[in-house]
Amino acid sequence: MDGVTGTRVRAEARIVARADGRGGTALPVLDGEGPLALRRTRAQGTEARVMVVGAMSAPLGGDHLTLSARVEEGARLHVGSAAATLALPGQTKAEAHYDVRLDVADGGELHWLPEQLISANGSDLRVSTRAELGAGARLVLREEQVLGRAGEEPGRLVSRLTVRIAGRAVLDQQVSCGPGAPGGWDGPAVLAGHRAVGQLVLAGPEFADRPADARMLGECAALVPLAGPAVLVSAVAPDALRLRRLLDEAAALLAR
Amino acid sequence: MSRAALLVLADGRFPAGGHAHSGGAEAAVKAGRVTCAASLEDFCRGRAHTAGLVAGALAAAAVLGMDAAELDAAADARTPSPALRAAARRLGRQLLRAARASWPSDELDALAGAFPKGAHQPVVLGLAARAAGLGPEDAAYCAAYESVSGPATATVRLLSLDPFDATGVLARLAPELDRVADSAVEAARRAVTEGVDALPAASGPLLEVGAEWHAAWPVRLFAS
Repeated sequence: MDGVTGTRVRAEARIVARADGRGGTALPVLDGEGPLALRRTRAQGTEARVMVVGAMSAPLGGDHLTLSARVEEGARLHVGSAAATLALPGQTKAEAHYDVRLDVADGGELHWLPEQLISANGSDLRVSTRAELGAGARLVLREEQVLGRAGEEPGRLVSRLTVRIAGRAVLDQQVSCGPGAPGGWDGPAVLAGHRAVGQLVLAGPEFADRPADARMLGECAALVPLAGPAVLVSAVAPDALRLRRLLDEAAALLAR
Repeated sequence: MSRAALLVLADGRFPAGGHAHSGGAEAAVKAGRVTCAASLEDFCRGRAHTAGLVAGALAAAAVLGMDAAELDAAADARTPSPALRAAARRLGRQLLRAARASWPSDELDALAGAFPKGAHQPVVLGLAARAAGLGPEDAAYCAAYESVSGPATATVRLLSLDPFDATGVLARLAPELDRVADSAVEAARRAVTEGVDALPAASGPLLEVGAEWHAAWPVRLFAS
């Protein structure tokens, strides 16, 4: 950890997954820091599994967290988190930053499936998730933003998700919500009172040959082929539970 | 430059096919999310700060001379709905035809050659503004205004909303459109030095999802 300066935390956690040459995946780098503790859990087949465990309350206002994962050629990595991430107000008025950097080489596969991010009342967080994939890389990524704990007004949340394949952006989307967000964020063009927003991205060379067909999943979720070998499920729901159910259904549909 | 060229380009009667599109209003009306002037205003406000901002920045960046193919790819990444990507290209193709007739230029000819199926409308809008001798602010204003004028006009037809109320909505949004156009131009100028990633990517999940729902209807009044 670069340290705790005053009341602000700067922390950077890193994972590197490498094919171990025996059909499995090794983790030569598994460095947690500060609030981001990393635990290796039991492998499943050729896939290494890592759990992100919150070791202290974060992100709070002014904190800057960075979590990066690199999956090398032929390696398979699954990353989950032990609990939802709760953005809370800090002692400073400053915004918090949470950056996620994912890098998957040709022939590598990453399943990035953290629990929800909850934007608590009074918090102010900028999330940036960037996935850089090689032409032959595979990715399954889920992000869920929950606006406020139960019955609570949300904090300010800006979340940008960018996926690049072979250097070309196939998805670049930002959601801004909560007090101070540009007008209309809770209106009929953006969230219309829904309190949970989610994205599920699947990318891989198989989508180049067989692009997914666009389809609706209920009234407030759609599965769409992107302009590249990837598919997006975009959903809004009244709460975290119903959002997860929608995204799980979509994932099951895509796994067929 | 001629400032009046801006009026020609921004005129709803400019033959670029925009009248056939509701900017997501038809889906929002059918879903019961837009029911009156107040909810139309909220819809338009959300659209201006998402689709309007992105379109404004793409158009301004095209006026500033950024590569059209790069901007078109950036527009693709910012438009996950294939129905909206198709609509944007169709509108781009129609606008390019009108623009080439109005302000003949080598750049517009080259764009037509490079994108036979049409480039994203905001990219064409920017190059049309450039051919007309207009600046990045003008193109951003055009895009920001179009992002709300289309839905407002469509809602008059969809809900039999009083046209005076719809125009009132647009007038009340004017100060916000100024801010959208300003941020769009600022981002476009940044993109010139930092690349297309500096362009905004603001999105309205319900605009994207609604567009897919709308595209699947067998009968509809508007193309998108």
